[in-house]
Amino acid sequence: MHELGIMESAFKLALGELDRHEAKSVSCMVLRIGELAAVDPVALRFAFDAIRPGTALEQAELVIETVQGKAICNKCNEEFTTKSYGILKCPKCGEYTGRLTAGREIDLARLELAE
Amino acid sequence: MHLHHGDFTTPRDHGPAPKVKPGEVVTVDVREDDPVDLPPPGDSGNTTEIHLNMPLLAENSRLADHNRAHFKSHGLKVINLVSGPGAGKTTLLAKTLEELAEELSCGVLVGDLETDGDAQRLRHKSVPVVQLTTGNACHLDAHMIAHGFGAVHDHVKDLLFIENVGNLVCPAEFDLGESVRVALFACTDGEDKPLKYPPIYRSCHIVLITKCDIADACGFNREAAYENLKATCPHAKVIELSSRTGEGFDEWISFIRSLI
Repeated sequence: MHELGIMESAFKLALGELDRHEAKSVSCMVLRIGELAAVDPVALRFAFDAIRPGTALEQAELVIETVQGKAICNKCNEEFTTKSYGILKCPKCGEYTGRLTAGREIDLARLELAE
Repeated sequence: MHLHHGDFTTPRDHGPAPKVKPGEVVTVDVREDDPVDLPPPGDSGNTTEIHLNMPLLAENSRLADHNRAHFKSHGLKVINLVSGPGAGKTTLLAKTLEELAEELSCGVLVGDLETDGDAQRLRHKSVPVVQLTTGNACHLDAHMIAHGFGAVHDHVKDLLFIENVGNLVCPAEFDLGESVRVALFACTDGEDKPLKYPPIYRSCHIVLITKCDIADACGFNREAAYENLKATCPHAKVIELSSRTGEGFDEWISFIRSLI
């Protein structure tokens, strides 16, 4: 539901970087999105297309890199991958006390600026 | 000062927050700003790649930290109530105010997309109540809380209750700067809710199983419910209560008192 807000933040940062580097436009924007970040890549692309007309990102390519969910068990230190953010059951000892180490990223990773 | 949605949007003119006295109910519009006026496109040429690795929800986190520091400087405890629609947040809060509002200085911020019905239901002679109408937003964010708190600031010394928008998904993602997040889990919701919507339960400090007076009538499987809560929020304290009969309320009220 907040993909539009996330994309607006990405545009704000990207346009700030554009000014700072005195570049003309953004040719590629790379976002890093965790699989457990509650962000829908399709909605994100829709938001990108809705915002970009008339901006320095009008011709930009949007790349979304996904990051797999990973957790570590607080009891036995087993590291494991997870499809759930809420339920972190350790595959080794069966405890639910794991903590996430990756998969919640919502980052502007890189920009490609055109001179 | 805080930003309203950045440089390329024009802030909606919120104006100064109104001042709300105990016994009053006021609505504050916290709808999102209207995006306008983006910079013009440029021509493409040589390209440079820059690495940023900047988190995009950082603005809310920054404002939430700001709220938290502000609340702390006032010696205020803040309770964020979250649940799906109809789990009993407003009824719970009305009864909680009956128990506490004469003894502690309380305030309420209540979020809904539209109407001030909940704020009217929460009206109490000793408590300022602010209805935050979010327009389209499915959750409250830290910015809205900062605005809402401005309205009750002068009259709330001990406890600020935030009744979030009824939604089991998005409020989990938005830190408001609260001291405690309380998830309501109604018997009528079905015992599998924590498994279906894990993040909100995972993010909370305490779970209230509400409407427990009708648990048997709706076939609530208590054992399965506790098992599901153990899987999603193994560290959360769980209290069963009924806002209608008052069952379990002593434990809830003592929990709140223990925060002060």
